[in-house]
Amino acid sequence: MSFLLPCPNCGPRDVDEFAYAGETTERPQGTPSPRELASYIHFRRNAAGVQREWWYHRFGCELWFLAERDTRTNEVLKTELPSTDAAGSPTPHEPATPDTPAV
Amino acid sequence: MRDIFRTRRMWRRRGELKPRYDVVVIGGGSHGLATAYYLAKNHGITNVAVLEKSYIGSGAAGRNTTIIRANYRTPEGAEFYRSSVELYEHLSLDLDFNLLFSQQGHLTLAHSDRAMITMAERAEVNQLLGIDSRLVYNDETARLCPELNLSDDVTWPILGALYHPPGGIIRHDAVVWGLARGADRRGVEIHPYTEVTGIERSNGRVTGVKTTRGEIACDTVISATAGWSTLIGDMAGVPLPITTHILQAFVTEPLKPFLHVIIVSSQMHVYISQTDRGEFLIGAEIEPYTTYRGTSTFPFLEYSARHTLELFPQLESAKVLRQWTGLCDISPDYSPILGLTEVDGFLISCGWGTYGFKAAPIVGTTLAELVATGRTPQLIAPFTLERFYTDTLVSELAAAAVSH
Ligand SMILES: Cc1cc2nc3c(=O)[nH]c(=O)nc-3n(C[C@H](O)[C@H](O)[C@H](O)COP(=O)(O)OP(=O)(O)OC[C@H]3O[C@@H](n4cnc5c(N)ncnc54)[C@H](O)[C@@H]3O)c2cc1C
Ligand SMILES: [Zn+2]
Repeated sequence: MSFLLPCPNCGPRDVDEFAYAGETTERPQGTPSPRELASYIHFRRNAAGVQREWWYHRFGCELWFLAERDTRTNEVLKTELPSTDAAGSPTPHEPATPDTPAV
Repeated sequence: MRDIFRTRRMWRRRGELKPRYDVVVIGGGSHGLATAYYLAKNHGITNVAVLEKSYIGSGAAGRNTTIIRANYRTPEGAEFYRSSVELYEHLSLDLDFNLLFSQQGHLTLAHSDRAMITMAERAEVNQLLGIDSRLVYNDETARLCPELNLSDDVTWPILGALYHPPGGIIRHDAVVWGLARGADRRGVEIHPYTEVTGIERSNGRVTGVKTTRGEIACDTVISATAGWSTLIGDMAGVPLPITTHILQAFVTEPLKPFLHVIIVSSQMHVYISQTDRGEFLIGAEIEPYTTYRGTSTFPFLEYSARHTLELFPQLESAKVLRQWTGLCDISPDYSPILGLTEVDGFLISCGWGTYGFKAAPIVGTTLAELVATGRTPQLIAPFTLERFYTDTLVSELAAAAVSH
């Protein structure tokens, strides 16, 4: 068994129905240096513990959502639809679709 | 008679940790042990401790599917892995321990025109560097592997393959034990069940490590912790571009030997070899989400068995014996990260993803040389951590995503 992920729209489903899009990241503000940008693009916290991350219900309702999952146990503590103040998410000037790494 | 059952120690059981070592290696997997071995053998540096949080070979070193090959896509990668294959060719002799290295050949199947083009490119890059690698069509594939289902009556008919004759498989436990014994005999201390919990620094350089068995002073720490690298990097204050995923594999019950070549299908995310014990050893690609939990999954078993049966329908009633997982440290460009970091005295070997076992001897020799001379060997210069800050990546996506 892999694990179940509760889609905020469809409820608990097998993780293989979803596309994983990585931990939330924070885009550097202002005019970032190339080094800051490269760091934002490539480096990850890769936490052993609770991680906030993006998922996409690929074989389901096709919604993007956020999950909090303990990477040591794969226990999913919480899932929610993104709001404008979600980490690594749109500022009011950006479109509502979250900025995500390639799936 | 009793002698048959005598426990033969491959390395000495050591007592307490010493207060000080010249070099501390974190991780008792293939890379940590190889580095310690070559530090002692090539450079006479023997005041070395290998610290392993569990038993020796408990990580990916004891869980991998042992494919050793050099047919990578970039000139930097191909040259690097070729040097490693050459070291493996002499390693049994060198360690005086039979590693059962079988260079039976490696076939990466192409199921589309696009794959044929990628394979042709890889063959060209390889040939330029003197690596035995070429495109073959189904007549030759049929000669190399008569049991392979080459019919059109499948989901993904086979159009051709990239053939790499020196590619092979090895007994991974023997590699681990042989390197550990070789290091031990030269004076290196191997300490299993010793977890590193902190890395001491002062003025931007390493001064020691904290462990579950006490503190140690040292000037050089080498992290060879594969899937756990980020956590060790955090202890040293060195961020890494790594995510940790599981990779799975399973074996069937032993069958009469009939497969004498390694078969990889990137299209179907599956690769197959037959071990010396006759088991069919089957692997796939990583699970897409990051995790530190090594639980096997049923969907993996289901889809890799299904894809295996497309290639070898005769395995239809073979029973599955075991299934397992290991942690993999995935880097953004599918190339390793090797050598110095911003912290003086803190060296790393990581970014090994699903393909690092084949690199153990060359990692060991080059990192040992770096420690001994203070200079980064040319062969590993393209693989610095710094490349991710300057965006000068070495992309092996085409050659490393599914074939390990
Ligand atoms: C299923 C599977 C199949 C694979 N197939 C292939 C293949 O066919 N060919 C190939 O080339 N590669 C393959 N790989 C990849 C290869 O196994 C790894 O890249 C390679 O083994 C990593 O180097 P290592 O042996 O040093 O790592 P590991 O054996 O993982 O060693 C790291 C060690 O560090 C220890 N450690 C972690 N944290 C601490 C700490 N805080 N203190 C002390 N010790 C610590 C761990 O316990 C572990 O033993 C495969 C991997 C898997 C999982
Ligand atoms: Zn849904």
